[in-house]
Order: sequence, then structure tokens, then C-alpha cells
Amino acid sequence: MQNFEYANPKTIQEATALLGASWSDANLLAGGTDLISLMKEELATPKRVVSLKGIKDLGGIHKSGGGLRIGATVTFDELLENAAVRAEYPSLVEAAHGVSSPQIRNMGTVGGDLCQRPRCWYFRGGEGLLGMKNGKSLIPGGENRYHAIFGNGPAYFVSASSLAPALIALGAKFKLVSASGNREVAADKFFVAPQNETTREIVLAPNEILTEILIPSAKGVKNATYEVRHKEALDWPLATASVALTMKGNSVANARIVLGHVGPVPYSASAAEKWLAGKTITESVADEAGKAAVADAKPLSQNEYKVQLARVAVKRALLEAGGKKA
Amino acid sequence: MRGVGLSGGVLSTGLLEQEAQAAPPAAPVSGPAAVPITLRINGKSVNTSVEPRETLLDTMRNSLDLTAAKRVCDRGTCGACTIIVSGKVMYSCTMLAIDSQGKEIETLEGISAKNHPIIAAFVANDAQQCGYCTPGFVVASKGFLDKHPNPTYEEVKKGLGGNLCRCGTYMGIRQAVVDAGKQLKGGRNA
Repeated sequence: MQNFEYANPKTIQEATALLGASWSDANLLAGGTDLISLMKEELATPKRVVSLKGIKDLGGIHKSGGGLRIGATVTFDELLENAAVRAEYPSLVEAAHGVSSPQIRNMGTVGGDLCQRPRCWYFRGGEGLLGMKNGKSLIPGGENRYHAIFGNGPAYFVSASSLAPALIALGAKFKLVSASGNREVAADKFFVAPQNETTREIVLAPNEILTEILIPSAKGVKNATYEVRHKEALDWPLATASVALTMKGNSVANARIVLGHVGPVPYSASAAEKWLAGKTITESVADEAGKAAVADAKPLSQNEYKVQLARVAVKRALLEAGGKKA
Repeated sequence: MRGVGLSGGVLSTGLLEQEAQAAPPAAPVSGPAAVPITLRINGKSVNTSVEPRETLLDTMRNSLDLTAAKRVCDRGTCGACTIIVSGKVMYSCTMLAIDSQGKEIETLEGISAKNHPIIAAFVANDAQQCGYCTPGFVVASKGFLDKHPNPTYEEVKKGLGGNLCRCGTYMGIRQAVVDAGKQLKGGRNA
């Protein structure tokens, strides 16, 4: 690990004053579960590390306008312990439970989950975010069994966030703060598929801090997450589906279906969402919706199996949200 | 109360930003050269000096003669470096020593000094083979039992999901935790 200077500010304002215009100037440290490993591999070599753990305003979960405000440094463990989260947002609880190491749940934060870098082994191995060599991506013809089944490149990694699909389906917004102002970004606009090596996979700028996550009320919104993993513990999902259904009686008035770990950004299955409107959730309806959700999938040479996993994840998440046994 | 704190922060951010533009505040920055730090480990305050890049694991092993936590994967995956920080199990390879000040840190040395029943239960169940993962598993088990007294075998399986044993001694380890849990409960009820 290259050396750096360390700061432990007490306020958001002190912290933003310590950030720079480039990612090599300063990086933010919360739970550290991603940044420390990135620094060990020298994939992150900031001159300064700004710890966020001493900033009280970045912690805590509280009710706000019928919904919730979740501080960015709230850990997975704190999220899972919170009664308000458990009462209204089962999709978020299930997604957080998917992070199956107690140590990671105790260290890792909500903000860190959303800002973590991709797990793509070309990126982690030093081949760059897009895995390009001589102007050509190594990934479509390479070792791509855990890579994207949606998107047309040049990015083939999958978004690593566990919570993003649920937060997007629930209509969350993220608050970003810099020394010159604040902005709110809709969760689905926070993630971007980079077109070149110099851009990032999230819209957060090097001089900004993700300070809190605002989730609207989910009263009457049936929501669930279903995650497919290789192992029971210590693994990233192969495919995740988070759904949020606004109901009118027994039928779906409005559906949000968001897939995780299948593309460089969480994938909104809009065709399946539209198809589901007006329908009642039954096993065959859920199955058809799963089929519609993966209709546009473009698997790579080794990952066609993920199309089926994603399809089943959508079906089971819908059945779970609809109160049917998945 | 935490909620109230956050709300206060949201209000104050806007106000403070205007001040920030007028006069950026000076925040303390340390390093990159070695800086003195104080850690609270096993109930005692320890002074040492670290470069900011040093992990807590390396500081404990190289400077503080606390070598129970092992450096195995060094990437926050295997659990051999597990310690307890403010009552919660964590990977000491994936936290900075300088960033661990002001927290109560408990290591296997501290657990062993208190003769916690989990240690005898590991021996009775032959819950190790090569032994590299054992210190981390004992600490993870103690941290788990603190929060889940008298657990079932299935609960233990999930509760130790952050530690790996390449020899595959999971059966013995899980049974050791179940047994220690029964002893702990018996002890309290007695």
C-alpha cells in the first residue's frame, strides 16, 4: 500500500474541505472493506484518506416525511437492527442479509455499498475498468462467467452493490454534498455505464460525499428481493431481483423490477414492469414477468446461465412480494 | 437520538457551507510520516506510532506483540484476523490502526486471559486441524455468543459465515460453539 496522509474530520463541512478535484487527491474511508483492499492492490493511490467515521451527522436512521433518511455510514448491521426498516422495507432487509459475513455487516456501510468499485477480475487484476488491451476488450472472449448479460459494452463488469436494486425499486434518492453545494440524485441515475477508462461507474465526483439515502414510504407497496448466490456465505450474488409493487386491490397498479449483478448498472426491467400492470400475482404471471425481464439479455461466451438465474430471481421476488411461496 | 443528530446535521450543512466559502476550516491532517497513536486493547491503553497506511492487524502483530490474529488472506475474506471492536466482530486486516483509536478492541489474548468456555469447547470437540484459522474462529465464536447466547447449530452456521477453514473442520467448530453456549447459559442460570 502506498502511504498517504490521514484526516479524521468531525463535520461534513470539514470533510468536504479536505477533498480534491481528482480521485488521486483524496479518497473517503468509511467501513474500509473495499478501499483498504483497493489501496493494497494499488488500484487506489490517494494522497489523502479522509475518514468519515468521526462524523456523527453521517450516521443514524430516522423517519422523514413518511419515509426514511439513512445516514451513509450506517452499517449493514445497524440497518438490519432498525425496526422501521424491518417493518416496511423487506426488500432492503433481504438484500442486506445477502451480505453474509457478520464481519462485513459490522464494518460495511450503506454508502460504501453504493460506492464500492466493481469486483471484475480484469479490473481488480490491473487491466483497467473496461479490461481493454490494444483498443479491444479482453472480456467478451475471455473469462466472463460472472460478467454482464445486459448492456452492449464497452463496460462488461457488473454493478457490485447489494442494496442498489432494492433502493432503485423503492424510488430512493441520494444526497451528495460538496464544498460548493448539495444535490439530490435519483438512485437509478447514480449509476452510469462508463464509456472510457477515465470515467467512473457512479456520478459521485471526487470532491463530493454521499451523505444520506432518502427512501419514500413503502406503505402499501409490496416489496421483496431474491438473490442467487453460489455459496451460502462470503460471496457476491450471481443475480438479484428487487421488486416493488403498488397494488390496487389484488392487482398490480405499478411495478418496479430491478436486477442486480447482471450489468454495469442495476438493470430496470421496464418491459416486464409495463407487462405486469393490471395483473394479479400468480405463479404463471410471475414466470411470464421473469421471461419478459430477461428478453433483452445478451450473454457473453461463458455466462448464458445467468439469464436463467435472473429470470428465476424475478419470478421468486414477485411471488415473495405477492405473499406466495417462492 | 441518532435520528435527531442526523436531522441537525442536515440543517446545519447548508448554513456551514456559506461559512466554508468565506473561510475553509482547518481540519487536522496527519502523516504520511509515522504519527503517535493510542489504542484501547483488552482493557488497556497502548501507545505506539504508525504510518497511516498500517492496518490494525500489522500494528498488533509487528509492534504490540499481539500475534494471535493471523494474516492469511489480508483482504477481508478469510476471517483469520478477526477481532472484536466496540462489541462487534471485524476483520483487523481491513482497518487502519490510526482509524481504530478511541474504540474498545478485544483480541484472542484478552479472551484467553478470561478463560472463556469457548476455548475448552474447541479442545473438547477437536475443532481444528492445521490451526491457522483457529484464533479467528475462536474470536468470531466469542463475538457471536455475546449476541446469541445458547444458539442452535443452524444459527451458529450462519453466525460464523465470515470465517473460512481450508481443512474443513466446520463440524467440530460449530459443535464447540453450541456446547460453549450451553455452558454459558448454565453458568448464568446457576
